[in-house]
Amino acid sequence: MGKTNLDEFAMGSGSTDGVFGPVKNPWSYSKQYREKKKQKPHGENEDTNWLITGGSSGGSAAAVSAFTCFAALGSDTGGSTRNPAALCGVVGLKPTYGLVSRHGLIPLVNSMDVPGILTRCVDDAATVLGVLAGHDCKDSTTVQDPVKSFILPSLTDVSKLCIGIPKEYLVPELSSEVQSLWSKAAKLFESEGAKVIEVSLPHTSYSIVCYHVLCTSEVASNMARFDGLEYGHRCDINVSTEAMYAATRREGFNDVVRGRILSGNFFLLKENYENYFIKAQKVRRLIANDFVNVFNSGVDVLLTPTTLSEAVPYVEFIKEDNRTRSAQGDIFTQAVNMAGLPAVSVPMALSNQGLPIGLQFIGRAFCDQQLLTVAKWFEKQVQFPIIQLQEIMGDCSSVFENDLASVSLKQ
Amino acid sequence: MAAPVLRWSCPARRWILANIDRGPRHGRGSPTGSRSSGKRGQSSVAQQPLATAQKPRKGEHQWAAVVGLEIHAQISSNSKLFSGSQVHFAAPPNSLVSFFDASLPGTLPVLNRRCVEAAVMTGLALNCHINKKSLFDRKHYFYADLPAGYQITQQRLPIAVKGSLAYSVFVGKNRNQVINKTVRIKQIQLEQDSGKSLHDDLRSQTLIDLNRAGVGLLEVVLEPDMSCGEEAATAVRELQLILQALGTSQANMADYEIQRQIEELENGGEILNETRSFDCKLGCTVPMRDKEGKQDYRFIPEPNLPPLLLYDSASLPAGADPQQVINIDQLREQLPELPRVTREKLVQQYGMLPEHSFTLLNEVGLLEFFQNVMKETRAEPKRVTSWVLNTFLGFLKQQNLAVSESPVTPSALAELLNLLDQKTISSAAAKKVFEELWRSGGKTPAQIVSEKRLELMQDQEALEELCQATMEKHPQVVMDLKKGNPRAINKLIGLVRKATLNRADPTVIKEMLERQLSS
Repeated sequence: MGKTNLDEFAMGSGSTDGVFGPVKNPWSYSKQYREKKKQKPHGENEDTNWLITGGSSGGSAAAVSAFTCFAALGSDTGGSTRNPAALCGVVGLKPTYGLVSRHGLIPLVNSMDVPGILTRCVDDAATVLGVLAGHDCKDSTTVQDPVKSFILPSLTDVSKLCIGIPKEYLVPELSSEVQSLWSKAAKLFESEGAKVIEVSLPHTSYSIVCYHVLCTSEVASNMARFDGLEYGHRCDINVSTEAMYAATRREGFNDVVRGRILSGNFFLLKENYENYFIKAQKVRRLIANDFVNVFNSGVDVLLTPTTLSEAVPYVEFIKEDNRTRSAQGDIFTQAVNMAGLPAVSVPMALSNQGLPIGLQFIGRAFCDQQLLTVAKWFEKQVQFPIIQLQEIMGDCSSVFENDLASVSLKQ
Repeated sequence: MAAPVLRWSCPARRWILANIDRGPRHGRGSPTGSRSSGKRGQSSVAQQPLATAQKPRKGEHQWAAVVGLEIHAQISSNSKLFSGSQVHFAAPPNSLVSFFDASLPGTLPVLNRRCVEAAVMTGLALNCHINKKSLFDRKHYFYADLPAGYQITQQRLPIAVKGSLAYSVFVGKNRNQVINKTVRIKQIQLEQDSGKSLHDDLRSQTLIDLNRAGVGLLEVVLEPDMSCGEEAATAVRELQLILQALGTSQANMADYEIQRQIEELENGGEILNETRSFDCKLGCTVPMRDKEGKQDYRFIPEPNLPPLLLYDSASLPAGADPQQVINIDQLREQLPELPRVTREKLVQQYGMLPEHSFTLLNEVGLLEFFQNVMKETRAEPKRVTSWVLNTFLGFLKQQNLAVSESPVTPSALAELLNLLDQKTISSAAAKKVFEELWRSGGKTPAQIVSEKRLELMQDQEALEELCQATMEKHPQVVMDLKKGNPRAINKLIGLVRKATLNRADPTVIKEMLERQLSS
């Protein structure tokens, strides 16, 4: 069992704000990326331009991407599993809310959190999901219905499938490369006989703000327990309980966490509750209904980008603050959390810079199996390349010479 | 199903004094002006009318108190409201604390079925409407004995609303005129108890014991329908008895607070809208947590608990797992006998006065004691009632003992009353025996009677002879008697009694003497 790095308290989309330092994307050292960069030969210790993994579960994504483990768990509250999955070229699954127990998951937003699954291929994700899914009496928000573990069928015929392309997800900030791959994917489904239609999720533009209000509000509540009394960091001040609490929390939380707590408490004040929290819950309902309406109109699965672009260098990323980056990073992913739906990011192809780009599939609630079946078909079609880390792996090159992208059991 | 058992923790109170001008009084029971809403989140922001009103000069106005109450009763269940740790009195500190109780991140609340049943049964016993859907909320504040930084409670939609509590006050010279009153129940909600803080001023530290953190509480909110401390106390006592019949509970408090507020106001002070606690040792109320000023609890719905759904026989889904659902109708059928009914039965069955039935129920264990005595004695219920309520209870009160600490068992008293009933001993002798029973314990009444030679003389002839002899020995007294001196007969009776070593019933002696004299 290994432990992986993340943004502090899962707040961030770069895995750069953790107390153990930032996480480096293994693709920074891949042959594919280095070849494209055509860097002038630098000194051996030069490592200034490495890329972020995305976040907040970047450590887990990096571990899977670098073949350190078979699978890794992350958390997904606004996209924290799917985002780094896309940037690290791995599969990142967010199950339906209520399918997998949250007992043991340090809560960020109780009504949106789910444990995320990171693997190198869709079959592996299905395997892990089969182990984790099902009712847990310790988590009152898990569904009671029994869940059987499953083996994904290998789809050959997609003619009965209807893929929806939400038009509101075509935003100006979307990189041309990602947009182009998105189109290509849509055409791929169409050419194989699936029905591909444009759909509308009209309240998409309100989603990020709504998410911000609800997220910070729940965060403010969930972080109230960190006072140093029973566990965790405790300051040296003991002149009074209040002073101890204040200093402990000041020392123990980074700026990002403190910022969210303050925002959340503001929204929860009596005079603001109605206008912010209640309003956001109502908007949340509208956003969830957007998805319901689309799925009710015959769409099986939605296809969207996962991220705005491929991974960027750390030095670029930190030019903007966490809040800005989070808003950008979560743009395609957080609406899914608000609606409680399952979604998976599947790596599609390498960018011109030789870096992974992934696309997101969104399914109906509790239809995780169907979602993964479609994802598996897509994965087979696109044949995403294996990361080539021979340069830094030395004698382990044999591992990367075979075709298997995964060490999981094959049927 | 185990009967849910309820226990008190420190009741919190809201007291508002309404300013009554000279002139017609507002009707009792109707809230005048501002009233306490009973919910900490709301009432603290609610009116503090006395702070803004003109300060009255001493003696200018008459005050009528309007009392509302919030009572927290600790639910006695095997485990806590949302976690599996045990509920136990007087366990070593921090020995009954689960990860959830200590607020370790990643732990989640799981609702305890027994606690829900306790709430529903209490609601039914208090004639409440049971909400088939109720919700849980988080109430935030920072305090060392609240590990999560919030309490899980029911602010928006509690489990039971709009009930009533009937109670009786006794008035009149002999306090035997009964007036029946009602106080409305605003709501009953389920919530978590906090841990305990012990302030050690000597070492400037606070010790936290989380054994109590997370224990289930029933908060019962009474509308301000009571107009004095005595009414409030009586209502609370009746509530306690009801909770006891459904389970157990303990409490005290009331009068002191009203008096204190009146005095403060008359001295130009202001009444803070605050929560006060009764300190048994000091014998007065003291401020609890400082809730001065607006306290914003930043309520949010508890996201880890879905709405609590209850069913009745009509709405119960077909094929529902009985372990997973609660049927209100089923609980209603299983409600035990409530105090009011118990008292009515006592009055009917034993012909006792209503006020006696109240006394029997008001004293913990006394009813059971009484019923056990009744089982083993042939004596008249009226006699048993009198002995239990006067003699027995009197002794208990004098030595500040509970019924459970009584040195006299029901069997012993029953035996004593049988001896009395059979006229084996006189009333006076019985009292002596009782005293001895109390003092020594262990000995049976029969033994004491025998040791102290308290048996009434059974030999009528011997008694006749004694009377005769006594009269012969005291001709002067006989003379007085014949002259018509009323006190002379008592002297004679006294002399005969002495001669019998107090083993003759004075009534019998008197009868004999009079017969002999007249013959």
